[in-house]
Amino acid sequence: MIKLRNVHKTYAGAQPLHVLKGIDLDIAEGELVSIMGASGSGKSTLLNILGILDDYDEGEYHLAGTLIKNLSETRAAEYRNRMIGFIFQSFNLISFKTAVENVELPLFYQGVSRRKRHQMAMDELEKMGLTDWAAHYPNEMSGGQRQRVAIARALVTRPQIILADEPTGALDSKTGIEVMELLKRLNREEHITMIIVTHDPNVAAQTNRIIRIKDGVIE
Amino acid sequence: MKIDLDTYHELLQTLLRNKTRSFLTGFGVFWGVFMLVALMGGGAGMKELLNNNFAGFATNSAIIFEQQTTKPYHGFRKGRWWTLTTGDMDRLREQVPQLDVISPIASKWGVQAVNGENKFNANVKGLLPEYAKVEAPTLFYGRFLNDMDIAQQRKVCVIGKRVYKTLFPKGGDPCGQMIRLDSAYYTVIGVDYKESNMNINGSSDEAISIPLSLMQRAFNMGQSIDLIAITARPGVAISDITPRIREVIARGHDIDPTDEKAVTVFNTEVLFGLLDSLFSGVDLLIWLVGIGTLLAGAIGVSNIMMVTVKERTTEIGIRRAIGATPRVILSQIISESILLTAVSGMSGIVFAVLILQMMEMGFTEDGIVKSHFQVSFWTAIGAAVLLAALGVLAGLAPAGRAMSIKPVDAMREE
Repeated sequence: MIKLRNVHKTYAGAQPLHVLKGIDLDIAEGELVSIMGASGSGKSTLLNILGILDDYDEGEYHLAGTLIKNLSETRAAEYRNRMIGFIFQSFNLISFKTAVENVELPLFYQGVSRRKRHQMAMDELEKMGLTDWAAHYPNEMSGGQRQRVAIARALVTRPQIILADEPTGALDSKTGIEVMELLKRLNREEHITMIIVTHDPNVAAQTNRIIRIKDGVIE
Repeated sequence: MKIDLDTYHELLQTLLRNKTRSFLTGFGVFWGVFMLVALMGGGAGMKELLNNNFAGFATNSAIIFEQQTTKPYHGFRKGRWWTLTTGDMDRLREQVPQLDVISPIASKWGVQAVNGENKFNANVKGLLPEYAKVEAPTLFYGRFLNDMDIAQQRKVCVIGKRVYKTLFPKGGDPCGQMIRLDSAYYTVIGVDYKESNMNINGSSDEAISIPLSLMQRAFNMGQSIDLIAITARPGVAISDITPRIREVIARGHDIDPTDEKAVTVFNTEVLFGLLDSLFSGVDLLIWLVGIGTLLAGAIGVSNIMMVTVKERTTEIGIRRAIGATPRVILSQIISESILLTAVSGMSGIVFAVLILQMMEMGFTEDGIVKSHFQVSFWTAIGAAVLLAALGVLAGLAPAGRAMSIKPVDAMREE
């Protein structure tokens, strides 16, 4: 599913920062992996590259058989929209939209008709057990609920992979465990490839494979 | 951009999220458009009102009248009085072919006009029919003087509006009735309702016009006349033939042909030219102020959109991360800008049209519109198109900034 070959990334600046120094990585379909590393190790950069949020300088990145390199902004947006679902630490829901509107948003950008995307978003919220909360705004919900809305939003486009950046980082331990259970169940039942970036060993322990990154290389 | 209800829903949502700010920003544009449209309509209306004062007056005309000489000539010392005569008319006709109408005027002030018990102190003018070409009468009843009146020295008269209202308080057509001027009776043949403020020798609504030849005899004036009104043929500027006119008249009266004071030629062309340039100046000012205000409003919109984009960096980043293309973001920001300018601008147009309509109604008397303040439909359409264009322009810079937001930047913003 994911194939990285000798990927390098340098941030330009007064003092160029060589963040990724030749990453080789293979992730198969249906895997649940975690990426761990100290801050500054390059794990966020790796996630950005995996999520087509950022470009890399050298090497090759294949996502579901497609070479992802030097894409135009428009193509990148399209791939992100169709292939990748994002889950962020701070949920990143749009505050002035209701839960269901937030979940609808990726479909809106795909050009799915109004009625259909509403139906799909409601279905997704139902799976998360949030049907009653569909018309509520993010600030009326608890952290766990917000993260579940964000997960619904990530899943609604049926992406090939889910990228989660510290999905439990902003949650208390109990809700964190619930969210992790949810992610694991999705991986198990719907065979969605899932990559979780974390520095929490407890979270990492629940995944099939742990990828440790240090100083820009995989250990 | 896709036509989708939610597209508009989103636009409204973002604009209404900060109502006060949107309102204040929109007000700038509203005021700009209001100023532009109201000034344009108001300017045109004022121009028409002013022009009404000169209605019916030939624009390429001049008035010749006599004054004391200021230069000694042919043995005469300066400061001599002289008089224009009917002979001057003939000389002008023969020697200055560029002239079209040559119409002499003799007048007498304070003549008592009487009809039964009603009296009016009128200003009697002796005229020729041609005078109608210099100062066109607005005949409410009857006709103006004609050649037969002159030839037969008929005792007929055309009376002004106020003379008519005073002498015939009951109204009705006065033509054929007799009125007395001093000691002689004259038949009324017409009523002149001209209201223009541009008059020769006294206001026309207080005037009684009678045939020139009759006037000279009835009031013992001999051949003398008070002034000569002339118009030039089309394409001839009065100012070019003024020296020639002066020379012809001066020669007949032993006056220095360069004596500009003795033979005064009052050129109305200059007056009209002055008015024209005044109006062009006012027009220019209106456009400068209007467009300036409108631009200031648009820049305000651009500025606020800039702030909004800055504020929404995270939100835009999220949208980009979940699949919004730069084009979507671009069209969203520009649409917001267009919507804001269009809505506030349209209200500006509507408000201005309302005010102009009120002004027009205020200047309407007895159902007769005196001046048109209202802007034309196409001016309004033009203003609307201009607004849309301004909206796009105002949105360009903020949209450019929004486009440059990368999803990663948004994540870092937190």
